[in-house]
Amino acid sequence: MHNSKTVEIIVGLFVAFGIAALFMLAMKVSNLSTFSDEGGFSVTARFENIGGLKVRSPVTVAGVRVGRVADISFDNNTYEAVVTMNITSDYNTLPTDSSASIFTAGLLGEQYVALEPGGEEKYLKQGSEVRLTQSAIVLEQVIGQFLYSQAEGGDK
Amino acid sequence: MVDLIRQLGRWGLRVFARLGRGHIFLAHILAGIPSVLVRFGLLVQQMFSVGVLSLLIIVVSGLFVGMVLGLQGYNTLVDFGAEESLGVVVALSLVRELGPVVASLLFAGRAGSALTAEIGLMKSTEQLSGMEMMAVDPIKRVIAPRFLAGFISLPLLATIFTAVGVMGGFFVGVGLLGVDDGAFWSQIQAKVDFYEDIMNGVIKSIVFGFVVTWIAVFEGYDAVPTSEGVSRATTRTVVHSSLAVLGLDFVLTALMFGNI
Repeated sequence: MHNSKTVEIIVGLFVAFGIAALFMLAMKVSNLSTFSDEGGFSVTARFENIGGLKVRSPVTVAGVRVGRVADISFDNNTYEAVVTMNITSDYNTLPTDSSASIFTAGLLGEQYVALEPGGEEKYLKQGSEVRLTQSAIVLEQVIGQFLYSQAEGGDK
Repeated sequence: MVDLIRQLGRWGLRVFARLGRGHIFLAHILAGIPSVLVRFGLLVQQMFSVGVLSLLIIVVSGLFVGMVLGLQGYNTLVDFGAEESLGVVVALSLVRELGPVVASLLFAGRAGSALTAEIGLMKSTEQLSGMEMMAVDPIKRVIAPRFLAGFISLPLLATIFTAVGVMGGFFVGVGLLGVDDGAFWSQIQAKVDFYEDIMNGVIKSIVFGFVVTWIAVFEGYDAVPTSEGVSRATTRTVVHSSLAVLGLDFVLTALMFGNI
């Protein structure tokens, strides 16, 4: 058997190696270093159709991620989807008349909420609602409309 | 017919008796853990033979599993022009599933069987009864340090496996196949969540570490004290702990990611 001091040193290195691996996973492989969900304020927006939007989808302004979708619920009275977005407190100067649209990243990519800043002097804060919204584009609807307009054009 | 039912009943009684012995044994081990913390040298000694000596197989298999994932993932993703997502495929499958599960299976084969054989041989050569004669509690002196060492080692080994696997996927994807370096890591960082994915993987490996070492030490302690009994117990350790890991993995995945 090994000298007990050498054994202790090797075991110490083993434990340190394991913790270093966890640290590497935390910093390099997860979102812990780039973005944390803690802090920030939440705003809601109503959409007629959210397409494939999911909880934890990104919220962007000018392509820069400023937050995440925190919750998606359904309003029984208006038949609209209510999307709650959690926005990092660094980005607290978004005007209240900003508009929210649901876009798709790439052809098959995931869907995200894009905020377009308006011109109002007041800023969005905790509990505000984004009034101007544009629903997700559902590919079948677009194709359907395209075929419909093609058919109409053909009749002329 | 009655004979058949009786056979079934005998089998059931045997299974339940074993299950009960296993749980009583676990309670004894847990009661013995404080005395291990006092005699730290025993724990370090066992951490060496259980954890450090398993390091090589864990690192090598982690590297190769990550590299194979990189190759296979690339072949599928390149058809969709989405090879930048390779990092996400490799990292998520390793962090959530393959890291904890494969590390536990390897651990059961490498360290669990060794634990069972060691304890079973101690029993068959009457070293355990010898200790009892000298008023040394074999559970506190022999079993509890091994149990605690396995319980601590497996999460560390699984984390190392995952980290090495991601690096393996990185070597193949970025080094060999020419995926963009920045896209590889940024996609991973965008999609892998620390609490949802990495911590759940760590929790899985903690549960597996508990179960695998428990099965290993119990099979050794409960072995029939003959050479055949010890060999059977060693086989049972590997089979039962592999089945337990795979079954529990499904339950844990359903609880963590399945929205059930």
